Amino acid sequence: MAQEHPLNHPVSRRGFFKGLGATAVATVASRAEVVAGELTKLDAERVQGPGAIPVDLVINGKRSSLQLEPRVTLLDALRNHLPLTGAKEVCDRATCGACTVLMDGVPVYACMILAVDAQGAKITTIEGLSPDGRLTKLQEAFVTCDGLQCGFCTPGFVLSLSALLEKTPQPTEAQVLKACSGNLCRCGSYPRVVQAALQAAGVKTASRCEVIRHV
Amino acid sequence: MSDWPKKTEYLGRSTPRVDGPAKVTGAAKYASDVQPEGWLYGMILRSKWPSAVIRSIDLEKAKAVPGIKAAVTVRNGERHVRYYGEELAAVAGVSKQACLDALRLITVEASPQPFVVDVVEAIKPDSARVFADAPNLGEAKIKEEGDIHGAFGKCDVVVEGEFSTQVQLHQALETHGNTIQVETDDACTAWASTQGIFSVRDGLASNLNIPQTRVRVITDYMGGGFGAKFGPGVEGSLAARMSRETGLPVKIMLTRFEESLAVGIRPSSYQRIKLGADKEGKLIAFDLDAFGSAGFASGGSSAGGGGGAGFPAPYIYRVPNVRAKHAGVAINAGSARAFRAPGHPQGSFGMESILDDLAVKLGIDPVEIRLKNDPLELRRKEYEIGREKFDWLQKYRPPGTSPGPIKTGVGVAGATWGGGGRGTKAQATINPDGTVEIRCGTQDLGTGARTVVALVAAEIFGLPPERISARIGDTEFPASGGSGGSTTTASVAPAIFDVCTKALNELQVLSGVADARGANFDAACRKLGMEPVVMQGEWREGLSSSGVGGVQFAEVDVDTETGFIKVKKILVVQDCGLVVNKLTAESQVNGGVIMGLGYALYEQRVMDPQTGVCLNPNFETYKLPGAADVPEIEIVLLDMPERGVIGIGEPVTIPTAAAVANAVANAIGVRVHSLPITPDKVLEALGQIPAGPETASSDLDKSFVVVEDLPAVAGEFTDDVPS
Repeated sequence: MAQEHPLNHPVSRRGFFKGLGATAVATVASRAEVVAGELTKLDAERVQGPGAIPVDLVINGKRSSLQLEPRVTLLDALRNHLPLTGAKEVCDRATCGACTVLMDGVPVYACMILAVDAQGAKITTIEGLSPDGRLTKLQEAFVTCDGLQCGFCTPGFVLSLSALLEKTPQPTEAQVLKACSGNLCRCGSYPRVVQAALQAAGVKTASRCEVIRHV
Repeated sequence: MSDWPKKTEYLGRSTPRVDGPAKVTGAAKYASDVQPEGWLYGMILRSKWPSAVIRSIDLEKAKAVPGIKAAVTVRNGERHVRYYGEELAAVAGVSKQACLDALRLITVEASPQPFVVDVVEAIKPDSARVFADAPNLGEAKIKEEGDIHGAFGKCDVVVEGEFSTQVQLHQALETHGNTIQVETDDACTAWASTQGIFSVRDGLASNLNIPQTRVRVITDYMGGGFGAKFGPGVEGSLAARMSRETGLPVKIMLTRFEESLAVGIRPSSYQRIKLGADKEGKLIAFDLDAFGSAGFASGGSSAGGGGGAGFPAPYIYRVPNVRAKHAGVAINAGSARAFRAPGHPQGSFGMESILDDLAVKLGIDPVEIRLKNDPLELRRKEYEIGREKFDWLQKYRPPGTSPGPIKTGVGVAGATWGGGGRGTKAQATINPDGTVEIRCGTQDLGTGARTVVALVAAEIFGLPPERISARIGDTEFPASGGSGGSTTTASVAPAIFDVCTKALNELQVLSGVADARGANFDAACRKLGMEPVVMQGEWREGLSSSGVGGVQFAEVDVDTETGFIKVKKILVVQDCGLVVNKLTAESQVNGGVIMGLGYALYEQRVMDPQTGVCLNPNFETYKLPGAADVPEIEIVLLDMPERGVIGIGEPVTIPTAAAVANAVANAIGVRVHSLPITPDKVLEALGQIPAGPETASSDLDKSFVVVEDLPAVAGEFTDDVPS
């Protein structure tokens, strides 16, 4: 959990007791028992669930307070406990990217993150990418280039590539391919997805299609 | 000549999808996204045995799990399940977690039975039987033309080969499933991920034993189908039953694991082909002995649904003397369903491979031998266009002569498909304020059907497409057929043309405006007063036709040290009658090619003969093509407006694998006879590694003898082209 991240708290309460125990046990047995008891108590405090616990998520700038079992994934929380169904469940095991969301700007698989662990992070889903209702350049390019067919993988691709363009506004084709290498599309929209990303970045691309009038 | 306008404003151009913005913002609601008030999560318990008699299923403990509202068995009483993953029971509850807990508490008493999942094993007389009362190998169907026995003696050259193709899985990204609400008065609403809203409606009505008028199916958006999503499925029937029991909506969407087991495959094929020709390369005789499995119900003599494993042969070529024999084989695995151009990729791979072998033996250019034997003038023209665009004459060199360890090769193959239109109805409403709504009970698989509706209406009314409210995906709209056989655009576009033409006429009559199109439209509408124009229309002849060709050229690099294949380029030359929307037509071509690449190089369901389970029911081990696997795809569409609209979705996936296989053979100078062409098979073909012990092909020779020995019934050879 973010608030107990070791980087946020260089010396945690538990770490202090543990360290104390290591040196104290050798000398004073009675004090060691006290320390051990204290540690057990702290561990018990840290064990959460299996029942529902309060989970606070900040999604698209809005705070949601939910009661979730600790085993609920972020994807499950979005789709089944909130009305945020833009992230799709396709594989539920980190292979397809359809559930991609941004956590503090970084694209992640929502199926691989427990909702409790997403607390404290700023989560952006596809619904939050264009809150004023105006499409981003990338979204617009997806539409005009036809970077989608059935559209089920599209939110994932759009978020993966949004994160790329945020960091690398003028990507090469290789960078675009790498950025969406964790996203799968079964309709085979890849050529147009790449075209859309490059077009959004202002790189000229050409269609390799011609229509011949047959007589 | 078709009735389509000669000069067009919108048709045939590149128009972005009207629902593109909804898809890029997450606003598009798929069947798996809807959340009706009080909805329950549903999950299915499946057989862990490839074959077993189910004695009893105890749901009591599952029902006691907090949050669980319903638990049902698929069937009461004893039953025989015949594949790993067959549905046994289902639960519905307030969360996925409650369902997961409940599924673990269901006790199943079963007597496991002998099973077989390997097709070649299944044919052996001592094999375990899928159905006790019938051999796994069904009766062979035979097609005979001319004199096959005498014909080979007249050939100057004869080639023989054995080819096999794998089981391919549809793997639409949105899994099969529905959200279903059955009210206390039995009114049923289903949000279905389907290619056929009306077939889901009829299926649910039958399952629930209620009139079809009481069922409404809604499919605003669906996440791909590729042929496997026509009915409500067992999952739909279970959701409906649990909704009726609880009075609450129930959503069952399959997991990826389930999706890989039970809801459709492209059947495998094992083909022994003998092909003979004169020294000019003119084909004289074709003999095919083939079998394949479409799952547990394959074999013909066994009960159960699913398509057959047959395929068209000798595919697209004219051969005067033909014998084509095919038998289905039952194995303990999930059933086949239609899969993008059913049968054709298998037929294409075998025929186009052996044809290239023949060309090599005769020293004839592969394009040339096709021009000699292809009966379709249009496709011959496509070969010629492709040969020039691809720079074939420069690129083609004798097999295996490319220098260095990474060898370059080129290959070519052709396809055929129907793709015609059929009965579709539509309604147009023109309101006094100038708004237009078109309703049509079709659905959009991702091909852009909603945009087709908007574009055709825009063309007739002379309005921009965004002014048309195109409403589809609802059984309360005028009926259209399922989206299969590449028929949607050819069915829907003419119906929209018809209804809009009638509505425009009516508007002109009522308003007194002689030409109410375009700039005059709003003024004409205002003259309607209080009454909107509401017209019905339907598909009719003269606006669509069927029958396309299509050829593809492939260029590959093969690393002879690693066996790795890099496809560099695919050129597609394809006809599809009137191009309705160039942008989405191209996307379908890209998609067909990329799916064909998966079939050629990556995709394959793997079953474990020891345990009967599927070993790769997920995307880390069932490999789909990714963005980086895609070569340059160049597309040439032949626009033939005089033919009307013809579908394009299926033909474009057919020849890709054969063209790639031919390019690989051309590169390395030896042929890989089975799909997918994985690096190990390349190295094996090159003699760099020994043949694998358990490959189907190692046992293949003996299997054909078994087929030969069985009495064959005369009858029509089924090509399994979908209705």
